[in-house]
Amino acid sequence: MSGREPRGNLVPDPHSTRHWRNQRITAIALVPLGLWFLFALLSLPDLGYASVSAWIAKPWQAALLLLFAWCALWHSSLGVQVVIEDYVPRRVQTRTLRLLQALHGAAAIAAAYAVGLLALGGAG
Amino acid sequence: MDHPAAARPLSPHLQVYRLTFTMVLSGLHRIMGLALSVCSLLLAGWLVAVARGPEAYAVAGRLLASLPARLVLAGALVAFWYHLFAGFRHLAWDAGLGFEKAMTRKSGGLVVALAALASILTLVAAWRFLGGSS
Repeated sequence: MSGREPRGNLVPDPHSTRHWRNQRITAIALVPLGLWFLFALLSLPDLGYASVSAWIAKPWQAALLLLFAWCALWHSSLGVQVVIEDYVPRRVQTRTLRLLQALHGAAAIAAAYAVGLLALGGAG
Repeated sequence: MDHPAAARPLSPHLQVYRLTFTMVLSGLHRIMGLALSVCSLLLAGWLVAVARGPEAYAVAGRLLASLPARLVLAGALVAFWYHLFAGFRHLAWDAGLGFEKAMTRKSGGLVVALAALASILTLVAAWRFLGGSS
């Protein structure tokens, strides 16, 4: 690893403490967001196009939905990273990690595009 | 393969330990987390399908209405509740609480009981989506 402190000087690696902290922040945020999402979904009259698009067209619901999707994807990416570090062979570890991070990033952009379209008049 | 590093002994892994209750719970937290990872990607895909209009949404709806997909969604509900309650347990540990051996078994049992109860209740509530008409 580059950028390490000299040997014998136990300074926390800022990268790994950031990972730990972000995992906890997103975990705590996902408690209310996840419960909200589940109960919002369960209280829809049905999962038909009209009901679902009308739900997401409401600005507050759209904002919460996007926040939930982003937090879930971020928390997911951080969690998947730990599993990759533990179980994927060193040789392909970085490549696997980059691939899955790109997948999560693409999903986050797609979610923003979709929710934005529905909330800002796509359904109107 | 014949590199000298490959011949080095590895530190003992899962198979050398007798399986315990708390170990199984820890493994489940990861497995359920990975299942929810897939769900978070599926959620993004589902949102795109809604945004693209009724035709695209109908395709997604048909895929989700198949029996295997319904079983996956029911499983996702179980994974959600388990990972949520087990997550509280992990956050308590992060705060330095509940590390005693007897306490970890007790909190583990509580997590399983709460996850099972919440799963059953929400599965009943979701029945009209999962089991009912598409």
